Amino acid sequence: MAQVTLNTLRKVYPNGFEAVKPASFTIEKGEFVVLVGPSGCGKSTMLRMIAGLEDITQGDLQIGDRIVNDVDPADRDIAMVFQNYALYPHMTVRKNIGYGLKNRKIAKDVIDQKVTDAANLLNLNDYLDRKPSQLSGGQRQRVAMGRAIVRDPSLFLFDEPLSNLDAKLRNQMRIEIKALQRRLGVTSVYVTHDQVEAMTMADRIIVMNGGEIEQIGTPAQVYHSPASTFVASFMGAPPMNLLDALVAENAAMIGGQTIAQFAGHGPVTLGIRPEDILPDPNGDFEINVTLIEELGAHRILHATWAGQTIMVSVAKDVTAETGTMHVAIKSDALSFFDAQTGRRL
Amino acid sequence: MKRIKLETIVDHSVLIIGSLIMILPVAMLLQMASTPDIETMRNGPGLVFGDQIPANFEKAMFEASGFSGENTGLRMLYNSLILGLGFAIGKIVIGMMAAYAIVYFRLKFATLAFWIIFTTLLLPLEVRILPSYEIVQKLGMLNTYQGLIIPLIASATATFFFRQFFRSVPEELIEAARIDGAGPIKFFVDILVPLSRTMIAAMFIIMFVYGWNQYLWPTMITTDEGMFTLVRGIKQITQTLEGTNLPEYGKSNILQIIAILPPVLIVIFFQSWFVKGLTESDK
Ligand SMILES: Nc1ncnc2c1ncn2[C@@H]1O[C@H](COP(=O)(O)OP(=O)(O)O)[C@@H](O)[C@H]1O
Ligand SMILES: [Mg+2]
Repeated sequence: MAQVTLNTLRKVYPNGFEAVKPASFTIEKGEFVVLVGPSGCGKSTMLRMIAGLEDITQGDLQIGDRIVNDVDPADRDIAMVFQNYALYPHMTVRKNIGYGLKNRKIAKDVIDQKVTDAANLLNLNDYLDRKPSQLSGGQRQRVAMGRAIVRDPSLFLFDEPLSNLDAKLRNQMRIEIKALQRRLGVTSVYVTHDQVEAMTMADRIIVMNGGEIEQIGTPAQVYHSPASTFVASFMGAPPMNLLDALVAENAAMIGGQTIAQFAGHGPVTLGIRPEDILPDPNGDFEINVTLIEELGAHRILHATWAGQTIMVSVAKDVTAETGTMHVAIKSDALSFFDAQTGRRL
Repeated sequence: MKRIKLETIVDHSVLIIGSLIMILPVAMLLQMASTPDIETMRNGPGLVFGDQIPANFEKAMFEASGFSGENTGLRMLYNSLILGLGFAIGKIVIGMMAAYAIVYFRLKFATLAFWIIFTTLLLPLEVRILPSYEIVQKLGMLNTYQGLIIPLIASATATFFFRQFFRSVPEELIEAARIDGAGPIKFFVDILVPLSRTMIAAMFIIMFVYGWNQYLWPTMITTDEGMFTLVRGIKQITQTLEGTNLPEYGKSNILQIIAILPPVLIVIFFQSWFVKGLTESDK
């Protein structure tokens, strides 16, 4: 277990593209941090700098009590799980898992013991003598995990490890990985573009966009108090509604109606989660429902409100029809963003 | 009655005619090798097989045909094997290592180097045979295995194929190996070579047959009868046929069959291996 500290870590690729803008944060011992963001935002680049697979252009990276900028990946005491598993196709599962240990010149009986232990942990005992091509996707993912844990690293790195699996298996593996990490207590950095994975697995989430960190916080913080309109719209499905509002005389207004008290002046962007708009016959606000999406446990109403489109999430027992509907708003659940910069106010 | 389609008939006719074209010359060789030379001399190739094969085989393998008494069939077979194996193995080893350097190391002029190597495809040994001969001669490598093999190795085919293959190996595999602490040599030996085994098998077939069948270069570079390869030596026998002696048809024909066999065996043996490797869908 190690603490990981990034100090203005920056990556410029040889072609001049700045994939990661100076980033600073600390990952605590045993913490599970998820790096999330749309594809191409620099998550993998960040992770690969931590792994040592990509040179650091600027800044310092500290793992444990060492600055490791110039340390070889093999000597950083890390393990990495790749999206395509990256298993050695010509080696058996046993050899795949033990290969890193063998390279460290560890005694053969010790390797055997460790491989067996890892296989026990991951339910791979029956497959130790198979080749990767004879395994299912989930099993291959487990082998990749085995290869990581067998080395007792002080840091786990995951780069979208579940994106090649089907939805059901993905949910199952998500829980397995999380449980395993809890059990082993190894500091972990997990990269994904899937906000559900981020929300469910993370102790803390780092949201990235365009090479920049938008927000660092617990899943609850990121969800309920997004630091920017980008985070608001990226995290959560359906995403937070972002509405143009006008602030005048200490009140934020939409379509001339006061929504909430708010100090300031001029246009702002008002964010409200779909589940914080409550159908209420006595509600002050009127929306026009145009489409209803049935999701079983709840329904998503697509509607317009003072000319802007919104989504409302209602429980399955709420009757809803297209047409005019009265709603109330949880005024303590509102977020306000600068209309120009999109930053939280 | 089962109807036979016209298509089937055409397909089979083509195959049968094709096989006959391939097999008949070999059958003719066998026939001549099995009849006493005197009869072949008198009647030419015939349809009746004789009983001379064991005798001719023994003559071909153990009886020298030149003056020095060194170029027995066995000796020539051995020389041919050295040429075929040396050429194939040398080519594969050098090709793989060159491709490894070009693909995996950030060499400044890797691409340029590759294209320079690539242009050697335009310069097979036959084109540069005189300068090559001169170099080999000045290095004192006439009538040596090195002189026979090394100049043939110098061309880009294997490098080219291995380069294409290495480029198709997923990047993640290399990175996983780096994290697992495999340095450049370990990665090459533990991962790249095993992954390339189907490629190596294919290269081996092509290169062995190519080396085995070399004629012009061995003819130039070897004057010492003990260094003759089969393909070159058979020609020697046919040349000594003129003269007052009876032409040794039987011996020379047996030698020709022996000369065909190893490439055929290599192809048959490696082919099954090759197909197995391909269908296992590694990578
Ligand atoms: N070797 C490279 N050279 C130049 N640009 C690169 C290189 N690798 C990645 N990029 C660019 O850097 C950005 C971030 O890439 P990456 O970190 O892989 O994104 P993510 O993992 O978030 O999808 C992308 O726009 C990508 O095109
Ligand atoms: Mg990525």
